[in-house]
Amino acid sequence: MTTEVGSETEVKEKAEESVAQSEPSENVTEETNEVANIEGEVEESQKEKDGKEGKGISRYLPTWLKKQKSQSQTSPTKEIPLTEKTAGKVRQEEEVNGHAEEVEEKEAGKSDQVKEKEAECHSSTSADTEPAKEEKVQESPEKSLEKAEVTKEGEGEKEQKKEQEGKAEGQQEGEEGQNSIFQSPLRLVRKAKMKLVVCHVTLLDETVYTCEVEKRAKGQYLFFKVCEHLNLLEKDYFGLTYVDSHDQKCWLDPTKEIKRQIRSNNWQFAFNVKFYPPDPSQLTEDITRYLLCLQLREDVASGRLPCSFVTHTLLGSYTLQAEFGDYEPDQPRPVDYINHQTFAPNQNKEMEEKIVELHKSHRGMTPAQADSQFLENAKKLSMYGVDLHHAKDSEGVDIMLGVCANGLLVYKDRLRINRFAWPKILKISYKRNNFYIKIRPGETEQFESTVGFKLQNHRSAKRLWKVCVENHSFFRLNTPEPPTKARFLTLGSKFRYSGRTQAQTRLASTLIDRPAPSFERTSSKRISRSLDGAPVISITEAGKDGAENGRELHSDSKSPMRVHGDNIYVRHSNLMLEDHDKTQEEVLKHQASISQLKRSFMEAPPPSPPQPNQWETRLTSSPTTTMRVQQQIVVSEPQAEAAAAADNTPSDTKEPVKTTEVEIEEMVVVKEVSKAPKPGIVTVTVSSPAEQETREQEVPVVQEVPVLVEAIVKKQESVSSESESDGEAEYHPNVSVSISHTQIPEEKEEDEELEKEEEKRPENDVLVVDASSPPAEGSQPVEVTSRQAEESSIEKAGEEKEEEVDEMEESTDDPMVTPDEAPNGLTPHEESVITMAGPAEEEEEPKMNGEAALVQTEPRPQVICCSEPPVVKTEMVTISDTFAAQKTEIATKEVPIVHTETKTITYEAAQLDGSGDGEPGVLMTAQTITSESLCTTTTTHITKTLKGGLSETRIEKRIVITGDCDIDHDEALAQAIKEAKEQHPDMSVTRVVVHKETELAEEED
Amino acid sequence: MAGLRSGFGRYTHAIVRGIPESLAKEALRTGTGEEVDLAKAQREEEAYVEVLRTQLGLEVVELPADESLPDCVFVEDAAVVCGDTALITIPGAPSRRRETEAIKAALKDLNLNIVEMADENATLDGGDVLFTGQEFFVGLSKRTNQRGAEILADAFKDYAVSTVPVMEGLHLKSFCSMGGPGLIVIGSSEPAQKALKTMQQMSDHRYDKLTVPDDGAANCIYMNLPNKGHVLLHCTPEQYPESAKVFEKLKDYTLIPLSNLEKVKVDGALTCCSVLINKKANM
Repeated sequence: MTTEVGSETEVKEKAEESVAQSEPSENVTEETNEVANIEGEVEESQKEKDGKEGKGISRYLPTWLKKQKSQSQTSPTKEIPLTEKTAGKVRQEEEVNGHAEEVEEKEAGKSDQVKEKEAECHSSTSADTEPAKEEKVQESPEKSLEKAEVTKEGEGEKEQKKEQEGKAEGQQEGEEGQNSIFQSPLRLVRKAKMKLVVCHVTLLDETVYTCEVEKRAKGQYLFFKVCEHLNLLEKDYFGLTYVDSHDQKCWLDPTKEIKRQIRSNNWQFAFNVKFYPPDPSQLTEDITRYLLCLQLREDVASGRLPCSFVTHTLLGSYTLQAEFGDYEPDQPRPVDYINHQTFAPNQNKEMEEKIVELHKSHRGMTPAQADSQFLENAKKLSMYGVDLHHAKDSEGVDIMLGVCANGLLVYKDRLRINRFAWPKILKISYKRNNFYIKIRPGETEQFESTVGFKLQNHRSAKRLWKVCVENHSFFRLNTPEPPTKARFLTLGSKFRYSGRTQAQTRLASTLIDRPAPSFERTSSKRISRSLDGAPVISITEAGKDGAENGRELHSDSKSPMRVHGDNIYVRHSNLMLEDHDKTQEEVLKHQASISQLKRSFMEAPPPSPPQPNQWETRLTSSPTTTMRVQQQIVVSEPQAEAAAAADNTPSDTKEPVKTTEVEIEEMVVVKEVSKAPKPGIVTVTVSSPAEQETREQEVPVVQEVPVLVEAIVKKQESVSSESESDGEAEYHPNVSVSISHTQIPEEKEEDEELEKEEEKRPENDVLVVDASSPPAEGSQPVEVTSRQAEESSIEKAGEEKEEEVDEMEESTDDPMVTPDEAPNGLTPHEESVITMAGPAEEEEEPKMNGEAALVQTEPRPQVICCSEPPVVKTEMVTISDTFAAQKTEIATKEVPIVHTETKTITYEAAQLDGSGDGEPGVLMTAQTITSESLCTTTTTHITKTLKGGLSETRIEKRIVITGDCDIDHDEALAQAIKEAKEQHPDMSVTRVVVHKETELAEEED
Repeated sequence: MAGLRSGFGRYTHAIVRGIPESLAKEALRTGTGEEVDLAKAQREEEAYVEVLRTQLGLEVVELPADESLPDCVFVEDAAVVCGDTALITIPGAPSRRRETEAIKAALKDLNLNIVEMADENATLDGGDVLFTGQEFFVGLSKRTNQRGAEILADAFKDYAVSTVPVMEGLHLKSFCSMGGPGLIVIGSSEPAQKALKTMQQMSDHRYDKLTVPDDGAANCIYMNLPNKGHVLLHCTPEQYPESAKVFEKLKDYTLIPLSNLEKVKVDGALTCCSVLINKKANM
């Protein structure tokens, strides 16, 4: 991640600056070492999987020691760059004195970065507040998305700056009239001295656009370049595709490096429509419609979009009108030009004649009108916007799965045999080559059902999953909030849809205020006659229909609130935003405390040497060792990149490094989150070890792992009742949606709902970490690490933050894990969990002390009760029947393919009474991060209680991690606790409950 | 614009066929009821045609009855017409296969694009095909199989074609039909309601439903005609008193009750007796 790198550099810079105070040299060296280590590790891990344990240990030690460092880099991900900077400083300063935080903040405030940020914030703010300023307004939507990039780039830039220090800031390339946002990423990159690669992008008019991009550029960069070239503003409907090594067309992930995706030296791309707008008339600009037309013409001509003879002729006639204008009998063109155009897969004379005949009837129609008519007809076609994927149903029957704006369609041959509207789908996941959707129970049904499909291979399953996630996000999520929100949308980790939702893009489109750009139509390039410039009639109104759009979106569900069921990957960023808006002050405070926490955490030297040992021990004993390694990798990535940057050797060729980079990408995403301009953003970074999508090995054991981490300040009732599971999926979506629609007062209700729902959840492992904090108490962060607990939930109490993390579905194969896991199966995990308790305890204590130094006075005794996990076997009812809809009755109890095992482990600090419970807290934040392999949802719930004059704040944080690859529970838990501590330094962790649900039996292919 | 699915319910032509005397004894029937009073049946048919021709102003093509085809009056099963395309079916009942010949000729005369089902394993009865204006639902019944539905989907590529199992009754339209744009008239029996649920789930479109107590009454004919607006041919109060009341509550409709007491004995419903065509939609 560029950001990471940037932070790195900054850290170094800071280090230099603060040499006097701290031991900067140390830092620097350490970092370098780390980098080296990391690389080494990576190599090791890849090369030798057998020697894992031993190496794991040796590896581990250094890592642990370095951990502060690495964390400083990792954690920034969650925070605004500002924080990073500060953090960097703090790191050094703090070592000297523990309370530098505030000061540092101020310093940070002065830093350039901060200024930049502020500037950005301002601009965006102004956009929000002063809609009158059209220009700004116009930009704002763009900004929201791009700002993140800018920042990234900016940081990357810094990184380079560092090396090329004196380089002046050339802000040439001023594309007048364009958004600065637009330019910035490009501009910035131009500065970069990176290896450039030539990209060939086939545009919709079949011309090829060639441009150079930096070798490590992200998909987004290229995409924006193309859009810029096309003069396209409503770009959210489009995307770039590439053909992978298996000859499959894939969407280029904008948030990831291009190089990592194409996996070949073939830098060929195609610009395509990614989301077909259900109502093209609502597009704002003609040029957008024109591009959509081009795509559809191709779709129709190729047969991808089947249509009848009549429709072929009609569409063809509009194409002629748009491209050639009125029919002119005196010119022999008709026959000529019609030959150039391909209208249908089986075009024949009769059809062409009919087309010409119809063309005559369009006299007087402007190209834009003809396009509109074309789209009006095309959009009604049943396969419009349906992305088909080959699959088999549970009985091995060949079917097609179609992903579209409304949901998932199941076809057998040409017949639609089932349909799952987005609101009906609770969860989307894939495991190996299986693709699953969990269906909300119908009115008369009691159980959720899961429908499974088999795809050709893991890749296709993943591809389908991604498409589903993206389509759902784009079409289903409706967050017509201020543009700032869009910024958050960018946040997701890689496998979340990173763009704007349709609702947002529509909103943004309404703000487009430029004169209709003139553009050349394909034919115009051949024919001199200019057809454009005619007034466009229907288009102007389009933008104003925002309200209608909303309606449309909801049309599926009976009530907007019903959105519950949306999927796991739904993030709740909006929520966060709203909260911020509301309690600005608190948020600010909170932010401050967070940064403090972070710093302190990072700074706090490992209190006692035993810690590393503990880790080691676990490592060694746990089958998950591999995961550890990964984690480390993740942590260190930034450094690696930084190192690379430092060397000014953009060469990223080393194999081991590659792995690292992959991870980095993930990190990047996270960082985006952190970039949220407003303080008080709670971001939970779950560095999912599972990220390695890149590696193609198959993991023999795939598990669904929901991890619940809850942090509660004081005891919570919920804790006891916590037995949650993927139910999370239902739950989170609810929250997110409702919140986005409701205002503050309503939120409370929702909170309550949340609580209730939580309690209801039947199957899950919950790791609850209670951090109880308030002033009076010493801080007792409890660190519990559960190794392979499939799910851990930590409840932590802090101030006023809530983070929601959701489930992530993954099906990544983790090569590293494979060796260990294969033999063991799942069992080992559970065992390890149990074991953990002991070591965890020890670990925690020391840590607590270390941290406590800052805010807290007396360390409290911790009581960790490890209740032997009552193994509750829950069964997931799986109906894998494509024809379910057609069955007389839906057989809810059919084939329980998936067995799950639930465990709950509670670690609790002594002394905490369950006083003051039951008060509805305030749901502060909810956030979901989805990566390819993991879905992590963090929910933060804050409860304030007045106890004899002392106000107590309890923060309950629940983290649910779901995935089918192995999750390093230790890591997840440690991470969660770490974050909790970071964010709420003045609070203590009072309870940690790990609730894990393991899938016992897996359906074998 | 002469685009897709414009003017749902607009018809210009209708094809009907006379009642052969063999109907009374030889027509297929699912139940064992009273014998058909041929004379009454013919009077009903006459009234039916009269309404179409005189009251509604359609161009009615009357095909002569064929004694060797006792069920030939039920022309709907022999062809599915949508837009300017006519799919000539292979009726599920072997005894009815030849019914399509005359229909095909008549449709050809109307200059429709004729599509025939080439696959001999496919069967399709027009009575199983519900066109909503947005999409097709094809009942998989004793008379219609999956392959038949596939061929229909192929013939009408513009539209989504979803299959609906028909658990009871002869045809999908034995318990439902369109009562207007986006309005499905549905019987209240359990199979009917289930079928409706299926349809709702399968569809991207939202449909209103009009539930009538009697399944048989759910088969009605909706038209949207120039100068007449919404027109609904539905059952008479004599036949289905409760259901008729439901129809009578429809506002802004021209309601035309049609007696169907005789034909129903051999599973004939209102829609069965005509193939409706909108010639003006064709280009």
